[in-house]
Amino acid sequence: MTGINKDWRNDIYAVFKDLNITMVSHVPDAGHTPLINLCEKDNEIDVVTLTTEQDGVGLSCGAYAGGRKSALLMQSSGVGNCINALALPNICRIPFLTIVSMRGEWGEFIPWQVPMGLGTPKVLEAMDIKVFRADYKDEVGSTVDAAARFAFNTNRSAAVLLSQKMIGAKQFKNG
Amino acid sequence: MIDRRPFVQKILKNRKDNLRVVSGIGTSTWDIMSAGDNKGNFGFIGAMGQSIPFALGLAKSQPELRILLFTGDGDTLMSLGSIATVANHPVNNLTIVVLDNESYVETGSQPTATAGKSDLELIAKGSGISNSYTVTNENDYEKIMNTIYDEGGPSLIVVKCQAKATPLVFPHSFDGSVSINRFMSSIKS
Repeated sequence: MTGINKDWRNDIYAVFKDLNITMVSHVPDAGHTPLINLCEKDNEIDVVTLTTEQDGVGLSCGAYAGGRKSALLMQSSGVGNCINALALPNICRIPFLTIVSMRGEWGEFIPWQVPMGLGTPKVLEAMDIKVFRADYKDEVGSTVDAAARFAFNTNRSAAVLLSQKMIGAKQFKNG
Repeated sequence: MIDRRPFVQKILKNRKDNLRVVSGIGTSTWDIMSAGDNKGNFGFIGAMGQSIPFALGLAKSQPELRILLFTGDGDTLMSLGSIATVANHPVNNLTIVVLDNESYVETGSQPTATAGKSDLELIAKGSGISNSYTVTNENDYEKIMNTIYDEGGPSLIVVKCQAKATPLVFPHSFDGSVSINRFMSSIKS
């Protein structure tokens, strides 16, 4: 791990570089955008934009079979899309890492975000994913580092939930 | 309409060293296993809809190998968006062969969308995979072999097949960790 950066997305990026994670797939979320931008500027990282989050599970597993480490970035609403696909890294003992920006939990404006926000940790745990959580900016880097090492060292699936308290809840305006 | 099992066996006979084969859930896995056990095969027995993204990740990681995915219309229809992802993050070394029997044969031959109005070749073309074509006759074998080994990809070939049940041919192991580690050993060596 390198030191703590001004923007916690830089700390996640530093973990990617430190652990040689060279493929990053995502269905975008505003909370992840600075990290996606950092990865897109890096010629050593392939950024794959998905049409549904579950495809990032298969993509990560195929990349690992070919010798590359990857991470899937998504919003909590995407976690539900991944449930059956998560059987693949589970049954094959392929390391799988996802970083989830949380919605529907802290000052949320949109009621539609709440069901999957409440369900996200339960759904992940139901599928035997080890769930890590970062509530404060200064713990993001160490938490992602710990989750990534857990995944790649023990051949298990790990998720980091980035709390909405830390990311900030957008308040929408009509008009 | 093509008899899928002998056709898959013919494609995999005397395969070259640079070929790695993935199969989607269902009959496709039994098909490739029927061509003989090979460490360079990885067959899905679950996680429906994930074989195309898996093959894409593998192709991106191993650009020197030729990656061939055999899968069915049911598996493909579950993840149509992945075809757009393949088109927009293109790889030169990936061929997707959809063994399209227009039915969910293993569950009682219920018709799929391709038995109705849907056309996977057109879906692939519309998604941006320009090298997409449909084969209904075994005489197109050489054309398919050329696509698999020599053409720039990604490619998607729809092979229209008879909808008939075929004997199950089990893989080396049903344990995914055994299967994937064996497959990965074929890439390292």
